[in-house]
Formats: sequence, C-alpha cells, structure tokens
Amino acid sequence: MIKDITIGQFFPGQSVIHRLDPRMKLLITVLYIVMLFIAKGFSGLGAGVIFMLIGFLLSGIPIKMMLKSVKPILPIIIFTGILNLFFITSGNIIFEWKFIKITDNGLRTMAFMAIRIILLIFGTSLLTYTTSPITLTDAIERVLSPLKIIKFPAHEIAMMMTIALRFIPTLIEETDKIMSAQKARGADLESGNLIRRAKALIPILIPLFVSAFRRAEDLALAMECRCYRGGEGRTRLKQLKTAPRDYFALALTVIFIAAIILLNRYSPI
Amino acid sequence: MSEFIEIKDVVFSYVNEYDDPPTKNVVLKGVSLEIKKGEFVAVLGHNGSGKSTLAKLLNAINLPESGEVLINGMNTADEERLYDIRKTVGMVFQNPDNQIVATVVEEDVAFALENIGVEPSEIRRRVDEALETVGMYSYREHAPHKLSGGQKQRIAIAGVLAMQPECIVMDEPTAMLDPIGRREIMNTIKQLNAAGVTIVLITHYMDEAAMAGRVVVMDNGSIIADDTPKKVFSKAEMLKSVGLDVPNVTELTHALIKEGISLPDDIISEDECVECLYDLLKKGE
Repeated sequence: MIKDITIGQFFPGQSVIHRLDPRMKLLITVLYIVMLFIAKGFSGLGAGVIFMLIGFLLSGIPIKMMLKSVKPILPIIIFTGILNLFFITSGNIIFEWKFIKITDNGLRTMAFMAIRIILLIFGTSLLTYTTSPITLTDAIERVLSPLKIIKFPAHEIAMMMTIALRFIPTLIEETDKIMSAQKARGADLESGNLIRRAKALIPILIPLFVSAFRRAEDLALAMECRCYRGGEGRTRLKQLKTAPRDYFALALTVIFIAAIILLNRYSPI
Repeated sequence: MSEFIEIKDVVFSYVNEYDDPPTKNVVLKGVSLEIKKGEFVAVLGHNGSGKSTLAKLLNAINLPESGEVLINGMNTADEERLYDIRKTVGMVFQNPDNQIVATVVEEDVAFALENIGVEPSEIRRRVDEALETVGMYSYREHAPHKLSGGQKQRIAIAGVLAMQPECIVMDEPTAMLDPIGRREIMNTIKQLNAAGVTIVLITHYMDEAAMAGRVVVMDNGSIIADDTPKKVFSKAEMLKSVGLDVPNVTELTHALIKEGISLPDDIISEDECVECLYDLLKKGE
C-alpha cells in the first residue's frame, strides 16, 4: 500500500550523532561538503573518507541503509564516470581503439569524481538518518533566522516545511481512498501506454487538489484561531542547547579541513 | 456587570462575488444571544441555518455587519483586542485532520502557546496539563496521523485548552467521528464544562444537544427557541417543522403518549425513559 511509504529517512536512535545539536549537525554537514570540494587529490579525499567513517561508526546506522542511499544516484555516478573516462584525453594513453582513447588522467578523474559523489551522499544521508524531519526544519529556521534582517522569510519557510511534512501522510491516505473510489467506478489505472495512464490520473488528481485546497483553508482558520501571527514574538516548546560535544565535533571538523588544506599543499596526489 | 458573551442584534451576510451583479446572502438576521460564564450551550440547526456563522462570530473570525459581539466586554471588532479575544474563546472544528499543524502531538498542543509567546518552561507545564485533561498524555510523542479520529480531535481540543480559554466553541466536533470517537469527545466536553469552561457546542445530533444545559435552535438566520433541553425537545412539532429531529427516546415517548399511555412529555435521556417505563409497567402489574 502507498500508506506504508515512510516519510524522510529518519532512523531513530540514541547515538552521539543523534544527540548532537541539529544546528551544529547542519553546519558540520555544510563544512563537510566544503571539505570534499576543496580536496584536490586522493589524499584529501582520504581524509574525507576517515571523517565520514567516524560519523558513520558513531551513529550506529546499519551499513545496508547507507548503501541504499547511494542506489538512486548510481546512474549519475556511472554516467559522469563514462563521460570522464572517454572525454578526458590528456595524459598517457593506456588503451586505444579506433576513436576511443582512455588515458590515466581520465581514469583518475573518474575514480575521484565517483568517490566524491558517494562521500557527498553518505554524509548528507547521515544527517537525515540521524535527525528527525521536524528537528531538521527547526534547525533550518534557527540557522537562517539571522537572514531575517534582509527580509529572508526563514520562519515562513520552516512553517511551510512543517505543514508539508504533517500533511504528506494525510494526502497519501486520501489519494489511496480516491483511487479506490475511482476504481470502484470502473476507472482503469493500470493498463495502456504511458499517455493513457497519465490521462487516467486526472480523475485522481482533481479531487485530490480540491480537497487539498479545502484542507488549506480549514488549517489557516484553525491556525488563526490559535493566535498565529507569523514568526514575530514566537517562543518554542523545545529549546536547543549546545553541549560540549557539539563544540568538540565542530573542532574536529575544522581540524579535518585544515588537514585537507595541508594535504593539498604538500601531498597533491 | 455585563454578561460573559453578548451578541447584540447581529446581522451577517456573505457576498457572492462571482455572481453578476454580486449577490448577498444574509445568513444571520438580527441575532441576539447572551451566554453566562460556565454555561454549556448547544446550538442546533440544520445545514445553512447560520449556526456555524454564529460560532465564528465569537472569536472574531467573522465580524458582524451590524450589531456587536462582546466577549468579557471586549468588542470583537476592536483589532487591538483580537488576540485577547482569541485567547478567551478557543475554537475546535469539524475535521480533526485539518486543524493539527505539527507532526508531533505535543508540538501541536504547544502551537498556540508558542504563538502567544509563553515562556518555554510554562509551555511545557501547560502542554502536559492540557494533554492530561483530555487523556492523551501518554501519546505526547506520537505522530498525529497514526491516531484515531477521536484521539486526533482530543489533541485539537488540548491545543485550544492549552491557551487556558474561558470558553471553547466547538463547531460540529463529532461530525466526522465514529461512535466511539463521539463518546470520547462528549465525555471530554462534559468534563471540561464541569471544570468551569464555558462550552458552546454547534451540533446536529440531538442526543448531544440533550447533554447541554441550554439548547438554542436556529433556523434560517434567526433563533427560534432558547431554553432547557427538556423544554425545547418537548416541542417536537416545532423542531420537525424546521427540519430537525428530537432524540430517539423523546420520539418514542411522544408516540406512546399519542397512543394514550401516560408518560411525561419531556424525557430526553435513555435512563430517564427506561425508569419511567419501568415504573409504568410495575404499576400495571
């Protein structure tokens, strides 16, 4: 059933990584991405691998889940790999056949890119696996709130994300109901070519949209009744507190970045 | 000293802008109503009688076209008192799914308090208290979409209750619930009223109205009856003429009376009916 789809990829747990301040986790993830992009050689990437492994081992997330997270972007990795392999023609030729030329530079770039993309996915998955969507939204709001000075709608964006998360299961359930109702009236959703199937979706989408609009209206009214008036002067039930471990994690990240800069300089392979 | 809620001669209409020329649909035609603190008032009426519109007047969602609505002496048209009014009169709607904002039960109950700017420690205290009152404390960390309709509606009530309102207006809170959910909500309502919260219950279930201390019947934008449930339901003919029913037991006793059996004509609860019939049969022995 569609109802069984889990929203987000949160993997509940009590590890150190789970308990880190979500704002810090967000910041560290950004720094980690920066880290991967400033690394010029395999030695730098190696440092990235070590950093990721530390986080992964501490988090207690099963390796299977991490591998699963790479699966959807596997085609992209393969595609960029092939492009790099065939279109980089500089360096020593290793293999040549008619117009195909494979060089050591090409091979190197292919491996480098693949490792970098996989590390990126692992790192960001680690963030979403160890942080519940609601906490993450909260953290995004707080991290972005200084931007309110330049009229950036940090609170509104966070509110929208929260409401979206809240209504996804409700709307999925509703879709399920509408589909059953239309099937009961003889709608054929499963046969025919792509265009026919797309057309068959219209009698599902229209009622779904109508009901979503109605829900939005109701929700706005209920929010108004509960004194909602935007982000100004709002307090929060849950206060975020930074603990020593948060600063330790940040320090570790900075050390890794420094190490990568040094590796770039002295061991640029 | 004025009454807690005073509705004075209120006229309200919706304008249909899509018609050419725009047409006006008058929903309330000069309604006046006073509600005392601590009352439990049920508002009955069939669809389109104006009962939901009346409810929305009570916390400044709708503003009267003419006449005025006073809550604790505050005029709902006074924008500066808007949030004081909404804090005083909370509102619960029909569809529990559409009034829950957050993805965690306790976060949702905290929503109103976060909006008003209550201190975090006080929010915690009031959220726990509200959840205890509706009997949902053990579910505080659950996701709302996994709860039953009645449970969701109780969360919605807790969300309003956390504001510590003096009055809660409920607009057909049980219309989308199964019988178990309805019973849960009615018990919660009775319990809140016993604790001193004024309740205005908009409904079209007669047995729910029978639990109230006072029943207001609306038809076509005006109040046509305003009395105790016993007195209102004894006028079965009048209720039927405006498309309403009487509780099943009242219908039964009225039918029996018509057949010449001597029963009181103001029976509204099953227990009462059973008792009267029992006495009657005993006498007949």
